[in-house]
This record gives sequence, C-alpha cells and structure tokens, in this order.
Amino acid sequence: MKRSFLLIFLIGLVGIIYIGRLFQLQVLEGGNPNPISSATIKIEYDYPERGYIYDRSGKLLVANQISYDVMAIPKELSAIDTLEFCSLLKISKEDFLRRIKKIKNAKKFAPWLPAVFIKHLAKKDYAFLQEKLHKFKGFYIQKRTIRNYPKPIAANVLGFLAEVNELQAKNNPEYENGELIGKLGVERYYEKELRGSKGKKHYNRDNLNRITGSYKEGIYDTLSVPGKDLTLTIDSDLQKYGEKLMTGKRGGIVVLEPSSGEILALVTAPSYDPNLLVGRKRSVYSPTLFGDTINNPTYDRGLQGVYPPGSPFKILNGLVGLQEGVISEQSYVYCYGGYRYGKRKNEFMKCHCGIYGRPIRLKKAIARSCNSYFSDAYRKIIDKPKDIKSGFDNWSNQIKSFGLGNYLGYDLPVGQKGLIPNAKYYNDRYSFGWGPTTNISNAIGQGEIQTTPIQLANATAAIANRGFYFTPHIVKKLNSENINNEKFTSKRQTTIAPEHFPAVIDAMHEVFKTGTGRYSQVKGIDICGKTGTVENFTRINGQKVQLTDHSILIAFAPKDNPKIAMAVFVENGGFGSTIAAPITSLMIEKYINGKVERKYLEDRMVNLSLQKEYDKLIIKKDSIEATGEQHL
Amino acid sequence: MRQQENNIFKNIDWFTILLYLILVAFGWVNIYAASSTNSSGELFDFSSRYGKQLIFIALSFPLIVFILFLNSKFYEQYSSLIYIFSLVLLAGVLVFGKKINGATSWYNFGGIGLQPSEFSKAFTALALAKLMSDRQYNLDLVKNQIKAFIVIFLPAFFIALQPDMGSVLIYFSFFFVLNREGLTLRYFILGIITIVLFLLTVNYGTKIILISTLSVTSLIIIYLIYKNKQFFRFNWPIILLTYVVSILFITAVGYTYTNILKQHQKDRFDILLGKIEDNRGIGYNTYQSELTIKSGGFLGKGFLQGDRTQGNFVPEQDTDYIFSTVGEEWGFLGSALVIILFSVLLYRIIFLAEQQTNKFSRIYGYGLVSILFFHVIVNIGMVIGLLPTIGIPLPFFSYGGSSLWGFTLLIFIFIRLDAHKKYDY
Repeated sequence: MKRSFLLIFLIGLVGIIYIGRLFQLQVLEGGNPNPISSATIKIEYDYPERGYIYDRSGKLLVANQISYDVMAIPKELSAIDTLEFCSLLKISKEDFLRRIKKIKNAKKFAPWLPAVFIKHLAKKDYAFLQEKLHKFKGFYIQKRTIRNYPKPIAANVLGFLAEVNELQAKNNPEYENGELIGKLGVERYYEKELRGSKGKKHYNRDNLNRITGSYKEGIYDTLSVPGKDLTLTIDSDLQKYGEKLMTGKRGGIVVLEPSSGEILALVTAPSYDPNLLVGRKRSVYSPTLFGDTINNPTYDRGLQGVYPPGSPFKILNGLVGLQEGVISEQSYVYCYGGYRYGKRKNEFMKCHCGIYGRPIRLKKAIARSCNSYFSDAYRKIIDKPKDIKSGFDNWSNQIKSFGLGNYLGYDLPVGQKGLIPNAKYYNDRYSFGWGPTTNISNAIGQGEIQTTPIQLANATAAIANRGFYFTPHIVKKLNSENINNEKFTSKRQTTIAPEHFPAVIDAMHEVFKTGTGRYSQVKGIDICGKTGTVENFTRINGQKVQLTDHSILIAFAPKDNPKIAMAVFVENGGFGSTIAAPITSLMIEKYINGKVERKYLEDRMVNLSLQKEYDKLIIKKDSIEATGEQHL
Repeated sequence: MRQQENNIFKNIDWFTILLYLILVAFGWVNIYAASSTNSSGELFDFSSRYGKQLIFIALSFPLIVFILFLNSKFYEQYSSLIYIFSLVLLAGVLVFGKKINGATSWYNFGGIGLQPSEFSKAFTALALAKLMSDRQYNLDLVKNQIKAFIVIFLPAFFIALQPDMGSVLIYFSFFFVLNREGLTLRYFILGIITIVLFLLTVNYGTKIILISTLSVTSLIIIYLIYKNKQFFRFNWPIILLTYVVSILFITAVGYTYTNILKQHQKDRFDILLGKIEDNRGIGYNTYQSELTIKSGGFLGKGFLQGDRTQGNFVPEQDTDYIFSTVGEEWGFLGSALVIILFSVLLYRIIFLAEQQTNKFSRIYGYGLVSILFFHVIVNIGMVIGLLPTIGIPLPFFSYGGSSLWGFTLLIFIFIRLDAHKKYDY
C-alpha cells in the first residue's frame, strides 16, 4: 500500500479542506437570518397618498396631483415608429436615442426591471399617448402622485419633495431609491406624519426578476397607512400680504400670536413659487433656485438670518435693569451727545437722541432710543455684584430667558442659535481681562449680540405677554386633531417680574405715538414697538467699509390683550422708521382689521425696491471675503 | 482463460454499485430541483431536463448489463483498438461536430448529442493499463515514460483543439497512475512548483517573482555547497539548467499571461486570486453559487425549498453547478455527506485496485480513481470558490447523458475486471 499513499493522503486532505470550506460557508457565514431580505424575494409597494397641508383657516396650501411616468421594460422593447413616439412625447430624436441607450445598458443586469423612460408627462400629452401606447411594445405608463400648490406662497414654510439621496435610501429601511422625501419646511419636519407608511407585498422572483408567486401566501405582507393632513398656524392671507410687501427687498417678517406661540406668518424674501420645484419644471428651475448664491431664495431669512438686533434690544436691557433694580422708572441719566465709557479719546459712543444735558428717564430713553441711557444701565447691571463674571452671567441668562442665544425649538428644520455672550465666552476670547465696557455696543444690541428674526419676534411676544412666551410652532392640527405637544403648550417664563413690563410697554406705545414710528400709526389700533437701525460692515481688501444700515422693527398690537407680535428685518433698508415701520403697521392693519385702508402706503412699500442697494453690494463685494463686522 | 466464471453476480463488488446508485439517485433529485421550475414538474415529463436525465439513467442499465456480460479479457485484448477508435471519434468531432458554446465537442445524431471526450477518458485508461501492464514495461526508462505520455496526451491534444480545456486538464490526473507504477515523485513536485510559480507570477508580476525565485534558488544552492563542498563540482549542469529554466519559465508565463491569454481566461485567474472583485460579469457564477451554498446553512432548506435554486439564480445549475443545489437544499449535512460518499467510493476503488493480482486491472483501477478524483476536486472546488472556473461535470450528478454514461462505463469496466480477479492467477 505504500505506493498508493499519495492518492490516499490527497483524497483525505482534499475531503477535509472541502468540508472545512463548506463549514465556513454554511455554518459560520451561512444561513439567511432575515428571509425577507433574500435576493429571491421581490417587494412591491403600495404607496399611500401623502397628507394635504392647510392654513389655519382651512384653506388648501398643498395638495397632490397625478403625474404620468413613461416606463420601459428593457427586455420587451422592440422596433417602434420612433418618429411618432418622439412627437407624442415631444422629445427630440437625439433625446430619445440617449434615453433608449440608458435603458439598453440596464438590460444586461435587469432585463425585466421596469426603468423610467420619461418622468412627469403633462396630462395633455398623456391623453394622446395613452390612445396609441399599444403600438409601442415594452412601454407603459405609471401614475405617480406629486405635489401641487394651489397658492404660490410660503415656499420656505412648506418646503418641497425630492428623491431620497443614496445615503438615506441605504441607511433608512423605509426608503428605497427613487422615492420622495420632504426637504426643508414642514415637508421635512413632518415627513413621517405626512408620508404615512407604505404597504408591502412580497413575491417570489427568479433570476430574471419575474414574479413567480406570492411569498409564503403573504404572511409578511402589510397594508399601507395613509399620511396625515397638516393644518398650519399660518394665516395664508397675511403670509401672502407679507410676501407682497417684501417684493424687491431682502429680509424676513415673523409674525406670532403671543397667546399661543403660533406662527401666523413667516416671510422670507426673496422667495420662490413652490410649483417651480414640482414635476418637469423642477429640472429647469432647481439649478437657478439652488444655484443662486446671491439672492439665495431657499435660505429662510426669518429663521436663519443672523443679524445684530440693534435698538429693540435696548428694551430687554431696560427690563433686566428694572429687574435688577439698577434703574427705575424715575432714575435718570444725562446725555451729552454720547456716552464716554473710557478715558481714551475713542472710548466714546455717540448718541442721536437729541436730548442734550437734560435728565433722561426710561420711557423717554426708549422712545428716543438713547444710547447713553442703556449703556449706563448695561454697565450697572454687570457691575452690580462684586464679581464681574457672575454679573455678566446673570445678565446673559436673563436675556436668554427671552429665547435668545439658543435654538428656539420650533417645528421647522432650519434655524440658528444666534449669540448672547456669557462670561465663559469672554474669558475664552479676551485673555487680557474684560469688563462691561469691553464691548459696550452690547448695550444697544450691536457688538457681539446676534439674533434671528424669529427670536426677536418671540422676545416681542414675551414682552406683549408681560413675562412669558410659548415656543413658536407652525403646526396646529394633525388630521383635525389639535397637536398636543407639551413643548408648544407650556408657558416659558422669563426672569423678569410682570410689574416691570407696563413702563416699558408704555414707552413702546409712545414709539408709535410720538417716536420713530409715529408716521406708521394705524387708526384705532394701539401699536407698541421699537425701531432699529443696525450698522453693518464689510471688509474690502482688509479695509472695514460701512454698508447701508439694516432696517429693523419689533412690534405687537393691540397694547392690551395683544393678538399679534412680530419682527421685521429688511437688509440694507436704512432707518427702521422708513421701511420696517410701514411694513409692520400694514401687516398689523391687515391682520387685525382684515383689510388695508392705506393703499398709498401699501403701493409705496410694494413698489419700493432695494435692488440698487444690493447691486452696490455685489460690485463692492467683488474683492471681498466676508460680510458683516461680526466675528462669527 | 483458465476458468469460466459461473455466476458473475456473486463476484461483483456490490458496495461500489451501491455507492454508484446512491450518487446517481441523489444527483437526479438535485437535477429535478434545479430544473423543475422551468418545466411542468411532473415526474415523467420527458421534455424537461430531469425527465431526460431519467431516460439517461434508465439507458445506463442496458449499458451496465452489456459491460458486465462482456468477458473481462475482452477489455484487455481490445483496449488498443478501442483507444484508436476513440481517437478517431475525437478527430472526427472536429470535422463533423456541432459547435456549442464556442467548442466543437458534440456529435449530433438527429437531435441526440454525444460528447466523445466523456468516453475517451475510459478508453485512455484502458490503453494506458494495457501499455503499462506489459511485462517488459519499466517506467524508469525515459523511453517508456514518453510512451505513456503519448498515450495520455494524444486524446488530450484533440480535445484541446475543440477547445475544451477543462477536459484536457483531466488527463493530467493520470500522473497518479504513473506514480503508483513507479514514476518518481519529482515530476509531481516539479508540477506543483510550476503551478505555484505560475500563480505567483500571474498575481505579483514577472519581475518580483523572477528576482525572488532566483534569490531563493541561490540560497538553497549556497546552503547545499556549504554542506557538501563537492556539490557544485558534480551538479553544475543541473544548477545551470535550474537557473535557465526558471528564468525562461517565469518570463514565458508573464508574457503569456499579459500577451497571449484571452481576457476571459485572465479574468478567471484574477477573480480567484482576488485581484478583481466582480459579482456581475464573469465572477457572477461563482458569487451566486457561493451565496446559494451559504444560504443553505447547516440543515439546508429542504427539497424544492431552495428559493435561490428555484429562482434560477445560479447559471448552469443542473450541470456544472449542481453542487450548489445540494448546498442550498440539503445544507452542510447534505453537501458534506456527498464529499464523504465520494471519498468512500475513491477509497473503495483504491482498496479493490490494490487487491488486483492482474496488473492491467490494477492500473485501470488507478486510472478510474484518478479521473474521478480530479473531476470531484475541480468541480466542487470551483462551486465552493476555491478553484477557478473550469467547466467540467461532477460525476453522476451533473445533467448530461454522455457524462453519465462515460462515468458508468469507467466504473463498471472496473467492476467487471474486479469480478474476475479470483480467476487471475
């Protein structure tokens, strides 16, 4: 047997190696723990209809429409009358050949898998094609539902639908390539609710992707659950009016209902018609919408625009001063054309209140927007405790209690924190030591302070409510059931005691009676507000250059039992009183009276275009690296 | 013939026949599973592949009876004639054959195809046994070695012209026969070194392998000289030859691989060596077959329950990839059992061959073992992803009349020879 050893040995060796390999394949790596993910099972989906979206009074904002996709099964394609087919689809022959080539490539791997030939056929074309489709073997029409926007407004609030990207499709088992997902706005934030869940049917399939029968008599199959309808807090008339007023300008208007935190209008300008991102128009317009880095229409300035708040911030400083007892209604300050906060020559902040050498008390300081008064108050607040850090943190926390300096927590997917500095922030940045005068501009809402328009509107609502606010939110009802979210129904208290508010509110009322907003009064409505004019700078070749000021205003009305609180921000709009104030008063008139009497003012505002200002900016910016004086 | 055997049924090896029957039956069960999806699924549907295979199996019984009732001396006496006949068939197929899948391997008799290369293996084994069983034959003589090589590689040459490289490869298995009869192992070792060098060159490129081979060789020679100062003096021609041959070989392989081999042949090596990952194109078969085997798990999914088999995910699943059906539907238990059955069959034949008093029978037995062994290694190795894609059937399992009859012929001639051993003195 010695001579047969080699074979005997090899047979045994190979046997062991092969059985070992089988053990590795079948026992160690083997089995199929999830039968449904097997390649032999084809899943077909039953798509539920996506929920509709209504405004607060039940007016339809977003609906669905049917679109028709021409599908092709690669394996079944045969010679057709190309010319006729092209004319029916209204495409050129080159386009046709390009699309056919793409499908023929797919034929190698998935000969029976339907591929999209042309998306979103117009209804008219569909009707013609449908009659003649039998002539074109291998093609069929698949209906899909896409969005439809009866009113071309509130694009920033609604958002839009787009196909899921590959990463989402891969990581989220609920999505497959080619399915739609909400991007931006409520479409994104309430994606789950709007979408419902799709029904699944499992079939056995073979290697050519042909269905050979139901998988295990359908024990894994599920039914679809329809999406929920959303009712927004938006007042579509007010929204539309706000968008109209903002034509030709850049900025945002945020209108809240103080008693509930509901967002009545959320205007950003420039914006776009949401219908442009639907169906076949989408491919035409999306490059211009998403690629426009100058006007940036998909950027929500109401939520994302970070600006220094300017003078309206003085009100908050005044309230903190009252709360801390460092000022009172009767305490006064003298202003000599400005405020000297240091010994050096440049340590002097100018003031335009125009009250020279006479005592200035709180109400007057607010009405005339005196820089000196609030610089003094700010300094006193921070210097009150011996320890400057705790003084600064105390100030910072009180300001933050108005919802500034952090995300508000509203139910929309985009936002900014803004900035309210605290002691740690200063320690990190000013290693040489710092004090209240390190950045005295904080007193008047410039310097390091950064807010978004919705934060300012919310702070205004807190003032209107005399000390508390509800987290702003955009959705009122889900399928006719009121939303019951603790976050949106619970009061958020500010640190300011209620008794300090009347004085400040009186002063804000004064602004619209005799102060900077006096030309924007509305008959019969007591508006309280505060205008602001925010300096802004840009850097050209390393040189700081001042641009036209931003125009800003916060207001609420009526004075007692307020129904509306808002913030308006117009980029490079000049004085707060010239643009922001008229817009505010028109919005308030529209909302409270339901119609606007002052047509002349409305026309003036609608026709006022700041495009020249913005064009200047572009030319100036040719050699610029960043905008704004701010460090962030 | 000294003695007439009275009752052949008393003397044949029933154990081997039992193994044969088990393998054929289990093979058919899997062919049924792999091909019934495209057909009615009825047992006697003769238009289906499994139906046809049933006919092939049925037809192999008259063949078996015929083989068993021929006198055992017939095979020894007429082996040369049969061998020449098979050469004529192999040559003829190149002229009259039908081209299927790029190879002219088939005779077509009114719709029935016959593949002469499946039968020529058995006839070559007979001829080799005849040649080497001669009393004068001594494998130490180079002349005799060359004779054996001619007998082996003449049919291989015709098959290479078809071309059917998988079947050509089988003829290398006769090395085991030669080894058993006294051919030195050096050829085997040389062969192994050749294959390893070939694969390394393909994988890492000519330069690196050339340099490392030469350095390793030099180190060995230096060591040998160090051990024995006289080594160089007596062996310098061999040393020189080693260098020349290895340089020539590696360069030639590198050149052949990059310039002569066709892309599809290169791809097979590249996929095996992991140089390219390809689950769609040429690697698709192996990828799918591995997945299919994996999905079977330990116990398998059960007869006709293999969804990948039923969905025809593995190409050629009832022929070359039949083992993947076993893997999916019968799991690790079933597929390991098949390997064990084959091993037992091979051991049984070796055991029987060693008992032969007649040299002819013993050599033929070794021929049988070598051919079966090679088929099993190459086929299953390919299906489980250990060897490159080489299309040869799995004995008794793969669909096809020629292949089934070819193996039946091979094994039953040996059973017939074995049954006669008592009378060979």
